[in-house]
Amino acid sequence: MSFHNPIGSGCRRDGGLMSTLAIVGASLAGYSAAQQLRAAGFDGRLVMVGEENRLPYDRPPLSKDFLTGRLPAGELALADQADVDALGVDWELGRSAVALRPGEAAVELDDGRRVEADGVIVATGARPRPLPGAERVSGVHLLRTMEDAVALRAELVSGRPKVAIVGGGFIGAEVASSCVELGLEVTVVDSAELPLADVLGSRFARLCAQLHAERGVGLRFGATVAGLVTDANRVRGVRLADGSRLDADVVLVGIGVRANVDWLAGSGIDVGDGVQCDAGCVTSNPAVVAIGDVASVYRPELGRRVRAEHWTSATQQASTAVNNLLCGYTAHEFRAVPYFWSDQHGVRIQLAGEPRPTDEVTVTDGNVAERRFLAQYTRDRHPVGVLAVNHPRAFARARRALARHPRYVPI
Amino acid sequence: MLAICRIDDIPAGESVRFDAHVPIAVFNADGEFYAVDDTCSHQDASLSDGFLEGCFVECPLHAALFDLRTGMPSCLPAKRPIRTHPVSVHEGWIYVHVIRQEEVA
Ligand SMILES: Cc1cc2nc3c(=O)[nH]c(=O)nc-3n(C[C@H](O)[C@H](O)[C@H](O)COP(=O)(O)OP(=O)(O)OC[C@H]3O[C@@H](n4cnc5c(N)ncnc54)[C@H](O)[C@@H]3O)c2cc1C
Ligand code: FES
Repeated sequence: MSFHNPIGSGCRRDGGLMSTLAIVGASLAGYSAAQQLRAAGFDGRLVMVGEENRLPYDRPPLSKDFLTGRLPAGELALADQADVDALGVDWELGRSAVALRPGEAAVELDDGRRVEADGVIVATGARPRPLPGAERVSGVHLLRTMEDAVALRAELVSGRPKVAIVGGGFIGAEVASSCVELGLEVTVVDSAELPLADVLGSRFARLCAQLHAERGVGLRFGATVAGLVTDANRVRGVRLADGSRLDADVVLVGIGVRANVDWLAGSGIDVGDGVQCDAGCVTSNPAVVAIGDVASVYRPELGRRVRAEHWTSATQQASTAVNNLLCGYTAHEFRAVPYFWSDQHGVRIQLAGEPRPTDEVTVTDGNVAERRFLAQYTRDRHPVGVLAVNHPRAFARARRALARHPRYVPI
Repeated sequence: MLAICRIDDIPAGESVRFDAHVPIAVFNADGEFYAVDDTCSHQDASLSDGFLEGCFVECPLHAALFDLRTGMPSCLPAKRPIRTHPVSVHEGWIYVHVIRQEEVA
Protein backbone atom coordinates (compact mmCIF):
# COMPACT_ATOMS: atom_id res chain seq x y z
CA MET A 1 0.00 0.00 0.00
CA SER A 2 1.24 3.46 -0.67
CA PHE A 3 2.54 4.78 2.57
CA HIS A 4 1.92 8.49 2.83
CA ASN A 5 3.03 9.29 6.36
CA PRO A 6 6.76 8.80 6.61
CA ILE A 7 7.85 7.34 9.91
CA GLY A 8 8.76 10.00 12.40
CA SER A 9 6.80 12.73 10.65
CA GLY A 10 4.63 13.08 13.73
CA CYS A 11 1.17 11.79 14.25
CA ARG A 12 -1.48 13.22 11.94
CA ARG A 13 -4.58 12.03 13.75
CA ASP A 14 -6.81 12.98 10.87
CA GLY A 15 -5.01 10.63 8.54
CA GLY A 16 -2.79 13.11 6.77
CA LEU A 17 -2.90 12.37 3.10
CA MET A 18 -4.99 9.23 3.31
CA SER A 19 -8.10 9.87 1.33
CA THR A 20 -9.75 6.45 1.23
CA LEU A 21 -9.73 3.71 3.81
CA ALA A 22 -11.24 0.26 3.43
CA ILE A 23 -12.54 -1.81 6.31
CA VAL A 24 -12.91 -5.49 5.51
CA GLY A 25 -15.39 -7.27 7.80
CA ALA A 26 -18.55 -5.40 8.79
CA SER A 27 -19.12 -6.65 12.30
CA LEU A 28 -18.15 -5.48 15.77
CA ALA A 29 -14.48 -4.74 15.13
CA GLY A 30 -15.06 -3.19 11.69
CA TYR A 31 -17.95 -1.04 12.79
CA SER A 32 -16.05 0.14 15.87
CA ALA A 33 -13.16 1.11 13.62
CA ALA A 34 -15.49 3.17 11.42
CA GLN A 35 -16.84 4.96 14.49
CA GLN A 36 -13.34 5.61 15.80
CA LEU A 37 -12.08 6.86 12.46
CA ARG A 38 -14.84 9.44 12.25
CA ALA A 39 -14.38 10.37 15.89
CA ALA A 40 -10.66 10.91 15.19
CA GLY A 41 -11.55 13.36 12.43
CA PHE A 42 -10.95 11.20 9.37
CA ASP A 43 -13.26 12.74 6.79
CA GLY A 44 -12.13 10.85 3.72
CA ARG A 45 -13.95 8.05 1.96
CA LEU A 46 -14.67 5.01 4.07
CA VAL A 47 -15.61 1.74 2.40
CA MET A 48 -16.85 -1.17 4.49
CA VAL A 49 -16.89 -4.62 2.90
CA GLY A 50 -18.93 -7.32 4.63
CA GLU A 51 -19.62 -10.86 3.58
CA GLU A 52 -22.91 -11.01 5.49
CA ASN A 53 -25.69 -9.17 3.76
CA ARG A 54 -26.75 -7.13 6.78
CA LEU A 55 -25.68 -4.16 8.82
CA PRO A 56 -23.43 -4.88 11.81
CA TYR A 57 -25.09 -6.71 14.68
CA ASP A 58 -24.11 -8.11 18.03
CA ARG A 59 -23.21 -11.81 18.27
CA PRO A 60 -23.33 -12.61 22.00
CA PRO A 61 -27.14 -12.85 22.12
CA LEU A 62 -27.11 -15.47 19.33
CA SER A 63 -26.42 -18.25 21.83
CA LYS A 64 -28.48 -16.65 24.59
CA ASP A 65 -31.61 -14.47 24.42
CA PHE A 66 -31.94 -14.54 20.66
CA LEU A 67 -31.91 -18.34 20.63
CA THR A 68 -34.57 -18.55 23.33
CA GLY A 69 -36.69 -15.98 21.49
CA ARG A 70 -36.50 -13.38 24.23
CA LEU A 71 -34.61 -10.87 22.10
CA PRO A 72 -35.90 -10.16 18.58
CA ALA A 73 -33.45 -9.82 15.67
CA GLY A 74 -33.99 -6.06 15.40
CA GLU A 75 -32.57 -5.57 18.89
CA LEU A 76 -29.24 -7.03 17.83
CA ALA A 77 -28.31 -4.18 15.48
CA LEU A 78 -25.13 -2.46 16.65
CA ALA A 79 -26.49 0.88 15.50
CA ASP A 80 -29.74 2.57 14.61
CA GLN A 81 -30.20 3.68 11.03
CA ALA A 82 -29.58 7.33 11.94
CA ASP A 83 -26.16 6.47 13.40
CA VAL A 84 -25.32 4.34 10.40
CA ASP A 85 -26.23 7.22 8.08
CA ALA A 86 -24.25 9.72 10.13
CA LEU A 87 -21.07 7.65 9.69
CA GLY A 88 -21.02 8.28 5.96
CA VAL A 89 -19.77 4.84 4.96
CA ASP A 90 -19.92 3.30 1.50
CA TRP A 91 -21.25 -0.16 2.27
CA GLU A 92 -20.36 -3.19 0.23
CA LEU A 93 -22.54 -5.72 2.02
CA GLY A 94 -23.06 -9.25 0.81
CA ARG A 95 -19.62 -8.97 -0.81
CA SER A 96 -16.44 -10.60 0.31
CA ALA A 97 -12.90 -9.48 -0.19
CA VAL A 98 -10.99 -12.17 -2.06
CA ALA A 99 -7.56 -10.55 -2.20
CA LEU A 100 -5.48 -7.70 -0.89
CA ARG A 101 -3.05 -6.19 -3.37
CA PRO A 102 -0.83 -3.78 -1.49
CA GLY A 103 1.29 -3.00 -4.55
CA GLU A 104 -1.79 -1.70 -6.32
CA ALA A 105 -3.35 -0.25 -3.15
CA ALA A 106 -6.49 -2.26 -3.73
CA VAL A 107 -8.87 -4.73 -2.18
CA GLU A 108 -10.38 -7.15 -4.66
CA LEU A 109 -14.03 -8.17 -4.26
CA ASP A 110 -15.74 -11.43 -5.16
CA ASP A 111 -17.63 -9.77 -8.03
CA GLY A 112 -14.33 -8.78 -9.63
CA ARG A 113 -14.52 -5.12 -8.67
CA ARG A 114 -11.73 -3.41 -6.75
CA VAL A 115 -11.81 -0.96 -3.92
CA GLU A 116 -8.82 1.34 -4.07
CA ALA A 117 -7.63 2.48 -0.69
CA ASP A 118 -4.67 4.13 1.01
CA GLY A 119 -5.04 1.95 4.07
CA VAL A 120 -6.90 -1.19 5.07
CA ILE A 121 -8.41 -2.36 8.34
CA VAL A 122 -8.69 -6.14 8.47
CA ALA A 123 -11.64 -7.14 10.69
CA THR A 124 -12.72 -10.43 9.17
CA GLY A 125 -13.19 -12.28 12.45
CA ALA A 126 -13.28 -16.02 12.66
CA ARG A 127 -15.48 -18.94 11.67
CA PRO A 128 -16.38 -22.06 13.62
CA ARG A 129 -14.45 -25.25 12.96
CA PRO A 130 -16.74 -27.87 11.51
CA LEU A 131 -16.87 -31.42 12.82
CA PRO A 132 -14.98 -33.47 10.22
CA GLY A 133 -17.40 -35.40 8.07
CA ALA A 134 -20.45 -33.48 9.32
CA GLU A 135 -20.37 -30.55 6.95
CA ARG A 136 -23.35 -31.52 4.86
CA VAL A 137 -25.44 -33.55 7.27
CA SER A 138 -28.79 -31.93 7.98
CA GLY A 139 -29.55 -31.26 11.63
CA VAL A 140 -25.89 -30.48 12.39
CA HIS A 141 -25.28 -26.81 13.18
CA LEU A 142 -22.47 -24.34 13.76
CA LEU A 143 -23.16 -21.02 15.43
CA ARG A 144 -21.52 -17.78 14.40
CA THR A 145 -23.92 -15.70 12.35
CA MET A 146 -27.51 -14.53 12.61
CA GLU A 147 -28.29 -16.92 9.77
CA ASP A 148 -26.81 -19.80 11.77
CA ALA A 149 -28.84 -18.81 14.83
CA VAL A 150 -32.07 -18.52 12.85
CA ALA A 151 -31.53 -21.98 11.38
CA LEU A 152 -30.68 -23.52 14.75
CA ARG A 153 -33.63 -21.87 16.46
CA ALA A 154 -36.02 -23.04 13.76
CA GLU A 155 -35.06 -26.62 14.52
CA LEU A 156 -35.12 -26.19 18.28
CA VAL A 157 -38.68 -24.86 18.31
CA SER A 158 -40.22 -27.43 15.99
CA GLY A 159 -41.29 -30.63 17.68
CA ARG A 160 -39.27 -31.49 20.76
CA PRO A 161 -35.89 -32.41 19.35
CA LYS A 162 -33.29 -34.14 21.48
CA VAL A 163 -30.17 -32.00 21.33
CA ALA A 164 -26.51 -33.03 21.52
CA ILE A 165 -23.84 -30.38 21.87
CA VAL A 166 -20.32 -31.24 20.83
CA GLY A 167 -17.93 -29.02 22.79
CA GLY A 168 -18.46 -27.77 26.33
CA GLY A 169 -16.86 -24.33 25.93
CA PHE A 170 -18.79 -21.11 26.40
CA ILE A 171 -20.83 -21.35 23.20
CA GLY A 172 -21.77 -24.96 23.93
CA ALA A 173 -22.63 -24.17 27.55
CA GLU A 174 -24.77 -21.20 26.59
CA VAL A 175 -26.64 -23.11 23.93
CA ALA A 176 -27.25 -25.93 26.43
CA SER A 177 -28.69 -23.39 28.83
CA SER A 178 -30.94 -21.95 26.09
CA CYS A 179 -32.13 -25.47 25.20
CA VAL A 180 -33.13 -26.03 28.84
CA GLU A 181 -35.10 -22.79 28.71
CA LEU A 182 -36.84 -24.04 25.61
CA GLY A 183 -37.78 -27.17 27.55
CA LEU A 184 -35.54 -29.51 25.55
CA GLU A 185 -33.54 -32.58 26.52
CA VAL A 186 -29.90 -31.72 25.93
CA THR A 187 -26.52 -33.41 26.44
CA VAL A 188 -23.06 -31.84 26.26
CA VAL A 189 -20.20 -34.00 25.02
CA ASP A 190 -16.60 -32.92 25.54
CA SER A 191 -13.34 -34.83 25.39
CA ALA A 192 -12.00 -32.92 28.40
CA GLU A 193 -12.74 -34.36 31.84
CA LEU A 194 -13.68 -30.86 32.94
CA PRO A 195 -14.38 -28.33 30.18
CA LEU A 196 -13.53 -24.67 30.91
CA ALA A 197 -10.94 -25.69 33.51
CA ASP A 198 -8.23 -24.11 31.33
CA VAL A 199 -10.03 -20.80 31.42
CA LEU A 200 -11.66 -20.63 34.85
CA GLY A 201 -9.58 -23.06 36.87
CA SER A 202 -11.01 -26.35 38.11
CA ARG A 203 -13.00 -24.95 41.02
CA PHE A 204 -15.21 -22.72 38.91
CA ALA A 205 -15.28 -25.09 35.95
CA ARG A 206 -16.81 -27.60 38.38
CA LEU A 207 -19.34 -24.98 39.39
CA CYS A 208 -20.34 -24.60 35.73
CA ALA A 209 -20.70 -28.36 35.38
CA GLN A 210 -22.86 -28.35 38.49
CA LEU A 211 -25.11 -25.64 37.01
CA HIS A 212 -25.67 -27.85 33.98
CA ALA A 213 -26.39 -30.91 36.10
CA GLU A 214 -28.85 -29.08 38.33
CA ARG A 215 -30.84 -28.00 35.32
CA GLY A 216 -30.92 -31.49 33.91
CA VAL A 217 -28.30 -31.13 31.17
CA GLY A 218 -26.74 -34.51 30.39
CA LEU A 219 -22.94 -34.39 30.67
CA ARG A 220 -20.63 -36.73 28.79
CA PHE A 221 -17.23 -35.32 29.73
CA GLY A 222 -14.06 -37.20 28.89
CA ALA A 223 -15.89 -38.64 25.89
CA THR A 224 -14.55 -38.34 22.37
CA VAL A 225 -16.86 -38.10 19.38
CA ALA A 226 -16.08 -40.81 16.84
CA GLY A 227 -18.69 -39.83 14.28
CA LEU A 228 -22.33 -39.19 13.60
CA VAL A 229 -25.24 -41.55 13.28
CA THR A 230 -27.17 -40.55 10.19
CA ASP A 231 -30.19 -41.70 8.29
CA ALA A 232 -30.75 -40.45 4.74
CA ASN A 233 -28.34 -37.60 5.39
CA ARG A 234 -30.20 -36.52 8.52
CA VAL A 235 -28.46 -36.70 11.87
CA ARG A 236 -29.87 -39.24 14.33
CA GLY A 237 -27.19 -39.21 16.96
CA VAL A 238 -23.55 -39.03 17.92
CA ARG A 239 -21.22 -42.03 18.12
CA LEU A 240 -18.66 -41.91 20.92
CA ALA A 241 -15.21 -43.46 20.92
CA ASP A 242 -16.17 -45.89 23.72
CA GLY A 243 -18.68 -47.40 21.33
CA SER A 244 -21.75 -45.87 22.94
CA ARG A 245 -24.27 -43.83 21.07
CA LEU A 246 -26.16 -40.70 21.99
CA ASP A 247 -29.49 -40.14 20.25
CA ALA A 248 -29.98 -36.64 18.89
CA ASP A 249 -32.26 -34.93 16.38
CA VAL A 250 -30.19 -31.77 16.42
CA VAL A 251 -26.43 -31.47 16.95
CA LEU A 252 -24.62 -28.22 17.69
CA VAL A 253 -20.88 -28.24 17.13
CA GLY A 254 -18.93 -25.72 19.23
CA ILE A 255 -15.32 -26.83 19.04
CA GLY A 256 -13.55 -23.54 18.44
CA VAL A 257 -12.94 -21.18 15.56
CA ARG A 258 -10.42 -20.44 12.85
CA ALA A 259 -9.40 -16.89 11.95
CA ASN A 260 -10.61 -15.69 8.51
CA VAL A 261 -7.21 -15.05 6.94
CA ASP A 262 -7.40 -17.05 3.71
CA TRP A 263 -8.26 -14.01 1.61
CA LEU A 264 -4.90 -12.47 2.55
CA ALA A 265 -2.91 -15.22 0.82
CA GLY A 266 -0.40 -13.68 -1.55
CA SER A 267 -0.75 -10.19 -0.05
CA GLY A 268 2.60 -10.30 1.68
CA ILE A 269 0.87 -9.74 5.03
CA ASP A 270 2.16 -12.23 7.63
CA VAL A 271 -0.56 -14.59 8.76
CA GLY A 272 -0.57 -17.59 11.04
CA ASP A 273 -3.27 -18.39 13.55
CA GLY A 274 -4.56 -14.90 12.73
CA VAL A 275 -3.06 -11.81 11.14
CA GLN A 276 0.34 -11.27 12.75
CA CYS A 277 0.45 -7.80 14.29
CA ASP A 278 2.80 -5.78 16.41
CA ALA A 279 1.72 -4.44 19.80
CA GLY A 280 -0.28 -1.70 18.08
CA CYS A 281 -2.35 -3.97 15.79
CA VAL A 282 -0.18 -2.98 12.81
CA THR A 283 0.66 -5.77 10.35
CA SER A 284 3.86 -6.31 8.41
CA ASN A 285 2.59 -3.51 6.13
CA PRO A 286 2.18 -0.22 8.04
CA ALA A 287 -0.84 0.77 5.95
CA VAL A 288 -2.68 -2.38 7.03
CA VAL A 289 -3.95 -2.97 10.56
CA ALA A 290 -5.92 -5.91 11.96
CA ILE A 291 -8.37 -6.03 14.85
CA GLY A 292 -10.82 -8.30 16.65
CA ASP A 293 -11.03 -12.07 16.43
CA VAL A 294 -8.82 -12.18 13.31
CA ALA A 295 -5.89 -10.31 14.87
CA SER A 296 -3.00 -11.94 16.64
CA VAL A 297 -1.48 -9.04 18.54
CA TYR A 298 2.02 -8.95 20.04
CA ARG A 299 2.13 -8.65 23.80
CA PRO A 300 5.52 -7.34 24.87
CA GLU A 301 5.10 -8.47 28.47
CA LEU A 302 4.52 -12.05 27.28
CA GLY A 303 6.97 -11.98 24.43
CA ARG A 304 4.43 -13.54 22.07
CA ARG A 305 1.24 -12.85 20.15
CA VAL A 306 -2.25 -13.49 21.45
CA ARG A 307 -5.44 -13.80 19.42
CA ALA A 308 -8.32 -12.87 21.70
CA GLU A 309 -11.89 -13.86 20.94
CA HIS A 310 -13.63 -11.45 23.27
CA TRP A 311 -16.15 -8.76 22.52
CA THR A 312 -14.28 -6.01 24.37
CA SER A 313 -10.95 -6.78 22.67
CA ALA A 314 -12.56 -6.05 19.31
CA THR A 315 -13.72 -2.58 20.30
CA GLN A 316 -10.60 -1.68 22.23
CA GLN A 317 -8.25 -2.83 19.49
CA ALA A 318 -10.24 -0.77 17.00
CA SER A 319 -9.30 2.37 18.83
CA THR A 320 -5.58 1.50 19.03
CA ALA A 321 -5.41 0.37 15.41
CA VAL A 322 -7.23 3.36 13.98
CA ASN A 323 -4.92 5.78 15.74
CA ASN A 324 -1.85 3.95 14.48
CA LEU A 325 -3.18 3.77 10.94
CA LEU A 326 -3.84 7.51 10.92
CA CYS A 327 -0.43 8.18 12.44
CA GLY A 328 1.35 5.98 9.92
CA TYR A 329 3.34 4.15 12.57
CA THR A 330 2.84 2.38 15.89
CA ALA A 331 2.32 5.33 18.16
CA HIS A 332 0.05 3.43 20.54
CA GLU A 333 0.22 -0.07 21.94
CA PHE A 334 -2.82 -2.13 22.81
CA ARG A 335 -2.89 -2.51 26.58
CA ALA A 336 -6.03 -3.71 28.20
CA VAL A 337 -6.88 -6.35 30.74
CA PRO A 338 -8.75 -9.02 28.77
CA TYR A 339 -12.40 -9.21 29.74
CA PHE A 340 -15.30 -11.42 28.75
CA TRP A 341 -18.63 -12.49 30.12
CA SER A 342 -20.90 -15.48 29.70
CA ASP A 343 -24.52 -15.99 30.74
CA GLN A 344 -25.68 -19.52 31.40
CA HIS A 345 -28.44 -21.08 33.47
CA GLY A 346 -29.44 -17.70 34.84
CA VAL A 347 -25.92 -17.10 36.11
CA ARG A 348 -23.78 -14.22 34.93
CA ILE A 349 -20.07 -15.00 34.77
CA GLN A 350 -17.51 -12.23 34.25
CA LEU A 351 -13.78 -12.83 33.99
CA ALA A 352 -10.94 -10.32 33.68
CA GLY A 353 -7.26 -11.07 33.31
CA GLU A 354 -5.73 -14.34 32.21
CA PRO A 355 -5.71 -16.77 35.08
CA ARG A 356 -4.13 -20.20 34.73
CA PRO A 357 -5.46 -23.41 36.25
CA THR A 358 -2.56 -23.43 38.72
CA ASP A 359 -3.27 -19.98 40.17
CA GLU A 360 -4.43 -19.58 43.72
CA VAL A 361 -8.10 -18.65 44.05
CA THR A 362 -9.65 -16.70 46.92
CA VAL A 363 -13.28 -15.74 47.24
CA THR A 364 -13.19 -12.14 48.46
CA ASP A 365 -16.85 -11.13 48.43
CA GLY A 366 -20.16 -12.98 48.62
CA ASN A 367 -20.26 -16.76 48.69
CA VAL A 368 -20.08 -19.58 46.24
CA ALA A 369 -23.01 -21.56 47.68
CA GLU A 370 -25.33 -18.62 47.00
CA ARG A 371 -23.95 -18.23 43.49
CA ARG A 372 -23.07 -14.61 44.06
CA PHE A 373 -19.40 -13.89 44.63
CA LEU A 374 -16.17 -12.29 43.54
CA ALA A 375 -12.97 -14.32 43.40
CA GLN A 376 -9.38 -13.19 42.89
CA TYR A 377 -6.71 -15.24 41.16
CA THR A 378 -3.14 -14.75 42.33
CA ARG A 379 0.18 -16.17 41.18
CA ASP A 380 3.23 -15.79 43.42
CA ARG A 381 1.03 -13.44 45.40
CA HIS A 382 0.52 -11.17 42.38
CA PRO A 383 -3.03 -10.50 41.18
CA VAL A 384 -3.62 -12.03 37.74
CA GLY A 385 -7.39 -12.17 37.39
CA VAL A 386 -10.85 -11.67 38.86
CA LEU A 387 -13.99 -13.67 38.37
CA ALA A 388 -17.50 -12.69 39.37
CA VAL A 389 -20.64 -14.74 39.44
CA ASN A 390 -23.83 -12.65 39.64
CA HIS A 391 -21.87 -9.79 41.13
CA PRO A 392 -21.41 -7.07 38.51
CA ARG A 393 -20.93 -4.30 41.05
CA ALA A 394 -17.95 -5.91 42.74
CA PHE A 395 -16.61 -6.99 39.37
CA ALA A 396 -16.69 -3.49 37.85
CA ARG A 397 -14.48 -2.24 40.67
CA ALA A 398 -12.22 -5.28 40.80
CA ARG A 399 -11.57 -5.16 37.06
CA ARG A 400 -10.46 -1.53 37.32
CA ALA A 401 -8.34 -2.27 40.34
CA LEU A 402 -6.67 -5.14 38.48
CA ALA A 403 -5.85 -2.91 35.51
CA ARG A 404 -4.28 -0.35 37.79
CA HIS A 405 -2.46 -2.74 40.07
CA PRO A 406 1.27 -2.07 39.85
CA ARG A 407 2.02 -5.77 40.06
CA TYR A 408 -0.63 -7.02 37.68
CA VAL A 409 1.03 -9.74 35.63
CA PRO A 410 -0.83 -10.65 32.50
CA ILE A 411 0.28 -14.31 32.29
CA MET B 1 -39.48 16.44 43.46
CA LEU B 2 -38.30 13.62 45.71
CA ALA B 3 -35.95 13.95 48.68
CA ILE B 4 -33.51 11.08 48.22
CA CYS B 5 -30.89 11.27 50.97
CA ARG B 6 -28.31 13.55 52.59
CA ILE B 7 -25.35 14.53 50.45
CA ASP B 8 -23.05 12.73 52.91
CA ASP B 9 -24.86 9.49 52.15
CA ILE B 10 -23.26 9.34 48.69
CA PRO B 11 -19.47 9.68 48.87
CA ALA B 12 -17.62 10.85 45.75
CA GLY B 13 -17.55 8.08 43.13
CA GLU B 14 -20.51 6.29 44.70
CA SER B 15 -24.17 6.00 43.91
CA VAL B 16 -27.56 5.14 45.36
CA ARG B 17 -30.53 3.61 43.64
CA PHE B 18 -34.15 4.33 44.43
CA ASP B 19 -37.44 3.25 42.97
CA ALA B 20 -39.69 5.78 41.32
CA HIS B 21 -41.92 4.53 38.47
CA VAL B 22 -38.64 3.02 37.27
CA PRO B 23 -35.40 2.52 39.23
CA ILE B 24 -33.29 5.67 39.27
CA ALA B 25 -29.60 6.00 40.13
CA VAL B 26 -28.04 9.06 41.75
CA PHE B 27 -24.27 9.52 41.38
CA ASN B 28 -21.78 11.73 43.10
CA ALA B 29 -19.28 12.60 40.37
CA ASP B 30 -16.62 14.47 42.33
CA GLY B 31 -19.13 16.62 44.16
CA GLU B 32 -21.65 17.03 41.33
CA PHE B 33 -24.82 14.98 41.69
CA TYR B 34 -26.52 13.41 38.69
CA ALA B 35 -29.66 11.27 38.43
CA VAL B 36 -30.35 8.93 35.52
CA ASP B 37 -32.51 5.89 34.82
CA ASP B 38 -30.77 3.01 36.55
CA THR B 39 -31.36 0.40 33.84
CA CYS B 40 -28.80 0.34 31.05
CA SER B 41 -30.26 1.06 27.62
CA HIS B 42 -28.46 -2.02 26.25
CA GLN B 43 -29.66 -4.87 28.45
CA ASP B 44 -30.71 -5.22 32.05
CA ALA B 45 -27.70 -4.03 34.03
CA SER B 46 -28.10 -1.67 36.94
CA LEU B 47 -25.94 1.40 36.24
CA SER B 48 -25.66 2.21 39.95
CA ASP B 49 -23.47 -0.93 40.06
CA GLY B 50 -21.25 0.61 37.39
CA PHE B 51 -17.95 2.39 37.63
CA LEU B 52 -17.79 6.18 37.71
CA GLU B 53 -15.07 7.99 35.83
CA GLY B 54 -15.45 11.75 35.85
CA CYS B 55 -19.03 12.34 34.80
CA PHE B 56 -19.24 9.09 32.84
CA VAL B 57 -20.56 5.83 34.20
CA GLU B 58 -19.40 2.53 32.76
CA CYS B 59 -22.03 -0.19 32.63
CA PRO B 60 -20.92 -3.09 34.84
CA LEU B 61 -21.88 -5.71 32.24
CA HIS B 62 -20.66 -4.83 28.76
CA ALA B 63 -18.82 -1.60 29.53
CA ALA B 64 -20.92 0.91 27.57
CA LEU B 65 -20.13 4.45 28.77
CA PHE B 66 -22.85 7.03 29.44
CA ASP B 67 -22.41 10.75 29.94
CA LEU B 68 -24.33 11.51 33.14
CA ARG B 69 -24.94 15.10 32.02
CA THR B 70 -26.77 14.14 28.84
CA GLY B 71 -27.49 10.42 29.14
CA MET B 72 -25.79 9.86 25.79
CA PRO B 73 -23.81 6.66 25.27
CA SER B 74 -20.28 7.21 24.04
CA CYS B 75 -19.45 3.68 22.97
CA LEU B 76 -20.89 0.32 22.02
CA PRO B 77 -22.84 -1.78 22.80
CA ALA B 78 -25.30 0.91 23.93
CA LYS B 79 -26.88 2.89 21.14
CA ARG B 80 -29.75 4.64 22.92
CA PRO B 81 -29.46 7.32 25.61
CA ILE B 82 -30.67 6.87 29.17
CA ARG B 83 -33.06 9.43 30.64
CA THR B 84 -31.56 12.08 32.91
CA HIS B 85 -33.42 13.71 35.80
CA PRO B 86 -32.68 17.16 37.26
CA VAL B 87 -31.08 17.14 40.71
CA SER B 88 -30.99 19.92 43.24
CA VAL B 89 -29.27 20.15 46.60
CA HIS B 90 -30.93 22.11 49.39
CA GLU B 91 -29.74 22.31 53.00
CA GLY B 92 -27.66 19.18 52.63
CA TRP B 93 -30.43 17.14 51.01
CA ILE B 94 -30.45 15.75 47.48
CA TYR B 95 -33.71 16.18 45.56
CA VAL B 96 -34.50 14.53 42.23
CA HIS B 97 -37.17 15.84 39.90
CA VAL B 98 -38.19 12.60 38.30
CA ILE B 99 -39.03 13.00 34.63
CA ARG B 100 -41.66 10.60 33.40
CA GLN B 101 -41.63 9.07 29.95
CA GLU B 102 -44.42 11.32 28.68
CA GLU B 103 -42.55 14.49 29.66
CA VAL B 104 -39.76 13.65 27.23
CA ALA B 105 -40.34 15.16 23.82
C1 LIG C 1 -22.71 -17.16 19.59
C2 LIG C 1 -21.63 -16.26 20.11
C3 LIG C 1 -21.70 -15.79 21.44
C4 LIG C 1 -20.70 -14.97 21.94
N1 LIG C 1 -20.80 -14.53 23.23
C5 LIG C 1 -19.84 -13.75 23.76
C6 LIG C 1 -19.90 -13.30 25.10
O1 LIG C 1 -20.86 -13.62 25.83
N2 LIG C 1 -18.91 -12.51 25.58
C7 LIG C 1 -17.84 -12.14 24.82
O2 LIG C 1 -16.94 -11.43 25.31
N3 LIG C 1 -17.74 -12.53 23.52
C8 LIG C 1 -18.71 -13.34 22.99
N4 LIG C 1 -18.62 -13.75 21.67
C9 LIG C 1 -17.44 -13.32 20.87
C10 LIG C 1 -17.66 -12.01 20.15
O3 LIG C 1 -18.90 -11.97 19.53
C11 LIG C 1 -16.54 -11.83 19.13
O4 LIG C 1 -15.34 -11.67 19.85
C12 LIG C 1 -16.77 -10.65 18.20
O5 LIG C 1 -17.88 -10.87 17.37
C13 LIG C 1 -15.54 -10.39 17.34
O6 LIG C 1 -15.83 -9.39 16.42
P1 LIG C 1 -15.08 -9.27 15.02
O7 LIG C 1 -15.70 -8.09 14.35
O8 LIG C 1 -13.63 -9.33 15.24
O9 LIG C 1 -15.40 -10.62 14.23
P2 LIG C 1 -16.78 -11.19 13.69
O10 LIG C 1 -17.88 -10.78 14.58
O11 LIG C 1 -16.55 -12.63 13.43
O12 LIG C 1 -17.00 -10.45 12.30
C14 LIG C 1 -16.23 -10.66 11.16
C15 LIG C 1 -17.06 -10.31 9.95
O13 LIG C 1 -16.24 -10.32 8.80
C16 LIG C 1 -16.92 -10.97 7.75
N5 LIG C 1 -15.92 -11.51 6.81
C17 LIG C 1 -15.13 -12.60 6.96
N6 LIG C 1 -14.32 -12.76 5.89
C18 LIG C 1 -14.62 -11.75 5.04
C19 LIG C 1 -14.11 -11.37 3.75
N7 LIG C 1 -13.13 -12.05 3.13
N8 LIG C 1 -14.64 -10.27 3.15
C20 LIG C 1 -15.63 -9.56 3.78
N9 LIG C 1 -16.13 -9.88 4.99
C21 LIG C 1 -15.63 -10.96 5.61
C22 LIG C 1 -17.72 -12.04 8.44
O14 LIG C 1 -18.78 -12.47 7.62
C23 LIG C 1 -18.18 -11.29 9.69
O15 LIG C 1 -19.38 -10.60 9.47
C24 LIG C 1 -19.61 -14.59 21.12
C25 LIG C 1 -19.54 -15.07 19.80
C26 LIG C 1 -20.53 -15.88 19.29
C27 LIG C 1 -20.43 -16.37 17.88
S1 FES D 1 -26.20 -4.07 29.75
FE1 FES D 1 -25.11 -2.21 29.80
S2 FES D 1 -23.73 -2.42 28.18
FE2 FES D 1 -24.85 -4.24 28.11
